[in-house]
Amino acid sequence: MRFYEYEAREIVELAGIPVTKYGFCQTADEARKVAEEIGGPTVIKSQVLTGGRMKAGGVQFADTPEEAAEHAANILELEINGLKPVGVLVDPKAEIKQEYYAGVVWDGTAKKPLMLFSDMGGIDIEQVAEEHPDHVGRGHISNLLPVGDFEAKQVIAATGVTGSQLNRATPVLAKLARLFRDNDMLLAEINPLAELTDGSFVALDAHMEMEDEAVGRQKNLLRKELGIAEDDTRDNYVPSQFEKNVKAIDAADHRGVIQGKDHGFKGNLGLVIGAGGGSLTLTDAVRNQGGRPANYSEIGGNPSVAKACGLATEVLQKDGVEKIAVMMSIVSNTRVDIVARGVIKACLELGRDPAETIAIFRIPGAWEDEGSKILDHYGVEYCDRTVSLWDAAGRAVAKIQGAST
Amino acid sequence: MSATESMDSVFIDVEIAEPAASDVDLAKKLEEVCPVNIFKATDSGTEIVSGQLDECVLCELCVEAAPTGAVTIIKKYEQ
Amino acid sequence: MSILLDKDTTFIVQGITGREAINLTRECLDYGSKIVGGVTPGRKGREVHGVPVFDTVAQAVENHGEPIDGSVVTVPPGFTKDAVIEAIANGIKLLVIVTERIPRGDVAEMVEFANTHGARIIGPNCLGLIVPGVCKMGGIGGPAKDAAKSYEPGIVGVMSRSGGMTTEISSSLTAAGLGVSTAVSIGGDAIIGSTYAELMPYFEADEQTKAIVIYTEPGGRMEAQLAEWKKENNSRLPIVAFMAGKFMDDEEMQGMSFGHAGTIVEGKEDSANEKIKRLEEAGIKVVERIDEIPDAVKERIEG
Repeated sequence: MRFYEYEAREIVELAGIPVTKYGFCQTADEARKVAEEIGGPTVIKSQVLTGGRMKAGGVQFADTPEEAAEHAANILELEINGLKPVGVLVDPKAEIKQEYYAGVVWDGTAKKPLMLFSDMGGIDIEQVAEEHPDHVGRGHISNLLPVGDFEAKQVIAATGVTGSQLNRATPVLAKLARLFRDNDMLLAEINPLAELTDGSFVALDAHMEMEDEAVGRQKNLLRKELGIAEDDTRDNYVPSQFEKNVKAIDAADHRGVIQGKDHGFKGNLGLVIGAGGGSLTLTDAVRNQGGRPANYSEIGGNPSVAKACGLATEVLQKDGVEKIAVMMSIVSNTRVDIVARGVIKACLELGRDPAETIAIFRIPGAWEDEGSKILDHYGVEYCDRTVSLWDAAGRAVAKIQGAST
Repeated sequence: MSATESMDSVFIDVEIAEPAASDVDLAKKLEEVCPVNIFKATDSGTEIVSGQLDECVLCELCVEAAPTGAVTIIKKYEQ
Repeated sequence: MSILLDKDTTFIVQGITGREAINLTRECLDYGSKIVGGVTPGRKGREVHGVPVFDTVAQAVENHGEPIDGSVVTVPPGFTKDAVIEAIANGIKLLVIVTERIPRGDVAEMVEFANTHGARIIGPNCLGLIVPGVCKMGGIGGPAKDAAKSYEPGIVGVMSRSGGMTTEISSSLTAAGLGVSTAVSIGGDAIIGSTYAELMPYFEADEQTKAIVIYTEPGGRMEAQLAEWKKENNSRLPIVAFMAGKFMDDEEMQGMSFGHAGTIVEGKEDSANEKIKRLEEAGIKVVERIDEIPDAVKERIEG
């Protein structure tokens, strides 16, 4: 789950890290008021979930509250990468002495969070790491022990930073590390962390991403503190109705997993396929044998009949779908008979003949004998493991092409 | 929204013979052991939740929990 | 003989009264596994397919009369961490975590706790492991007679992040007469208890294993880690990698996304072709159709 900059600032502030006296505004008038309170030059920043704000004109400087209001009015209407802002941030223009970078990310190989710090902030950290490795300090933190301030101190000292700067930056990085863990973040960055001319340290920009799996247990932060609605998921792209429906069915029942994607698919053969690696292999196999999939999907884990039925129903109801192919790699914990019940039920509830509607059923594995009894009863064509994923896909394609001629 | 009618008990049915069906203690046991909530314990014995029948995983824990022969699982696709 | 598991391994099932656990308990028992107890808090006194259920892991250990080797954990994601730590705190050394969608921070905690207590975690979000014809932990392979069709004892160690493909790959090896020594579904999450490289020393020490087959996709760095391990350790085991979804190299795939600071942690992720090159430089053969695996293995063994 992604956050707007103003939300990331609030998260950082809640963790005890100093921020500017910024204001989040949704009208030009609010922007004027905030600029008046700040009482000096300001920066007006578009609040959108995309990069490239500066280039697109989404970041403007203002010397007076009037200018601030003007910029705000323009930026509020400015689309960046197809997105309109949800508001603007009005920031006091800071008197910066130096910019630093502080961040925490996951290191999947070490299986621990990694703290990062650089005294070359404000620019792309990856570039700094490549060109000036001495200027990037890094250190892992334990998943079990509380984060010690000294661990952050070590990371910062490795870049050569010392003196009062070291002492002021240390608690910032340590608190960032704690918030990373406490709030289930995948990424927590402050760039730049600015040292102002008066010597204070302030987070001038913040970037946070929370793990989707953890959203359910971060209600206090999300709902209470930030006021983010439950259905506000900030997906990277706009899901289709099909994708939304499948997601809703998946979320309502914890038994098994289903996923559906149809972005860019416009065919007549609906795919109820799995799992994971199998889905990739099968989608390719269908396309490479002249088939036209209507969608991609994944069914896996140990789904209930209702969940399998739900996915098949959604696929069958897509525009243009004439038949469905139900295929998976050999299954261990997904039960063949349960999936068979699900897909057949989907056909029956839509008033369709399973034998006509299901072009092929290829799921070898757990409970396959029971599954084939069900498929036999309804006249559905199926193959066992001696038929490869490739050949099963080929049969489905042949069946649907034969039916249309 | 198209009119899809939710169908119950397409694949599986469960029957409980008397006097087991009216046995209140058995009802509680059945409700407890079934992992897909097919059985509901009431004051008059066991009630079958027909909307859950098709979720039956054929674990037969209900058959084991009841007196021999009292609970029968019917696979409609075998008839 | 095998890795991690053998005919004498005892284990419990945590969350045994749940729908999936009831299923896999039956399967493991039928397959010859020694399940000595189950744990579901509040359900002490019940039985699942003859296996006694307890409230705590400690009670299960006491009932057994001696240390229990392992646990298959099916407890829902909000409670998994607690269950795993309870198991390790009570002396359990091998955890197979079936549960999926556990928050990453919890997984990292469990893994670190296991590491500091000499325990090994397989998973999470995995199907477990199987020693063909002997025993299994988890739902891998399904019921005994289905598992028998894909898993025959043999000489190839199999490791896969995709649960379903573990069996599909093993099936091809069995059909070709090579068979499987131990197959491990290592789990699909971003952070898992045991990576390919971390399991290699076990296979290396297993006389029965003469070759390794792994499953890969474009993206991710576990295979690069394996390639490095192979180079540094002068391994006797030839490795063949089956790669699925190469055509989807450009598309959004499931997998680790660490934000834009990610690459400075893990290095640039390989494109499919770069990955193939990197693997082959380390002497790992990459194939793209499952039916090519047995021949690639035979070639490597004889070569």
